[in-house]
Amino acid sequence: MADKAKDILLNPLFNDNPIALQILGICSALAVTTKLETSVTMALAVIFVVSLSNTAVSLIRNFIPSNIRIIVQMTIIASLVIVVDQFLRAYAFDISKQMSVFVGLIITNCIVMGRAEAFAMKNGPGLSFLDGLGNALGYSLILLIVGFFRELFGSGKLFGIELFALANEGGWYVPNGMMLLPPSAFFLIGFFIWGLRAWKTDQIEEEN
Amino acid sequence: MAKDTVGKTFGVALAVCLVCSVLVSAAAVSLRPTQAVNKALDKKRNILMAAGLIKAGESAGAARVNELYGNIEERIIDLSTGAYSDIETSRFDARKAAVDPAQSMVIPADKDLAGIKRRAKLSDVYLVSEGDRIRKIILPINGKGLWSTLYGFIALDSKDLNTIRGLVYYEHGETPGLGGEVDNPNWKALWDGKKAFGDNGEVRIEVVKGQVVPGNPAAKHQVDGLSGATITARGVKNMLEYWLGEEGFAPYLNKLREQGVS
Repeated sequence: MADKAKDILLNPLFNDNPIALQILGICSALAVTTKLETSVTMALAVIFVVSLSNTAVSLIRNFIPSNIRIIVQMTIIASLVIVVDQFLRAYAFDISKQMSVFVGLIITNCIVMGRAEAFAMKNGPGLSFLDGLGNALGYSLILLIVGFFRELFGSGKLFGIELFALANEGGWYVPNGMMLLPPSAFFLIGFFIWGLRAWKTDQIEEEN
Repeated sequence: MAKDTVGKTFGVALAVCLVCSVLVSAAAVSLRPTQAVNKALDKKRNILMAAGLIKAGESAGAARVNELYGNIEERIIDLSTGAYSDIETSRFDARKAAVDPAQSMVIPADKDLAGIKRRAKLSDVYLVSEGDRIRKIILPINGKGLWSTLYGFIALDSKDLNTIRGLVYYEHGETPGLGGEVDNPNWKALWDGKKAFGDNGEVRIEVVKGQVVPGNPAAKHQVDGLSGATITARGVKNMLEYWLGEEGFAPYLNKLREQGVS
């Protein structure tokens, strides 16, 4: 049992990563990763939402009539996202301004509803919580990696602290402007998937 | 499948909605005061940024913002006459006034360049002093972009009431990365030193498509466009034309020109 719980928590990190293997939740991974600060905030927000929405859906899974199950899941997820958004506005105003609509868009992040429908509807609250946490961590892992490279090479900084002396201020580093544009996240995620599949060859899809 | 009856379906839907709405409203109501403080602070910070007292990218804390804000005097004016009004600044809420029929007026459609339909009869203005002299005048502006109404400030040099010293937006819902680039410090820096008015006092400032050709006679009235944000950029130009024109702050600016700033 303990092994199963561990698998549920850790599998989504590399073996069954929601972004790298299932290719879900790409939209926000492109949008909020220009800086590590917003990546971390987004990651925390998603961890909170997915773990709790999974737990909540799982708790009432035996009462949810199947014909309205999607809308019930959606209501729970949307409420949690609004709560997160309100908290950010109150305690992290600048970050919430930078993230603008993307906090609200967690509602439409396929990972959240995917986990509720695929896992929480069939499993107990404890395991569902771990599943939500694991998947959110898998998502966060990619966000942090992408955010790290984009901020470092796009603006020469990490968490807003300058690491590379910028050329326009007399230093040596000419920032790579493309890193700040959404397509660069595609490339980075692509490289990550490449690396991951070179390491775990069973993830390679069969060619027909 | 007892849980699929009509009664159960309604029951569960109702229960879920109740619990969720209590959760959401509790969060919204209990956090509102903190959010309001943040918003007020953010507005002050943006006024200071338009005034050039906070540099772009500088993260000023609440204490620093309030200290710097001591250099700024808030006044209320009557837009149609340009005269100062003696209403207390703390009792004037520009946003509320703009939608209150008693405190606002309908803008005739042919003059509504900013696309805002109504405007308040009064407006707040901010006088920035350095030492004992007023250096800059900050005027609030708003207008439609592509998706949203943009709210911001424009700072004019008090010497000629023509040279722009800064333009900032503190609230908008434009697409991040495209229209949202109105927040880009590099773009905002382009406004410093531009001339808002032409030789005959008409509003000449414009946001061009692409880049301003240096050396062309109109360059001092032109700012580079934002790529991928044609409509937002047009909104910026139109709202400046509206707010600096006769319908907006022109009577106030004329009065200042006649009587001198101070």
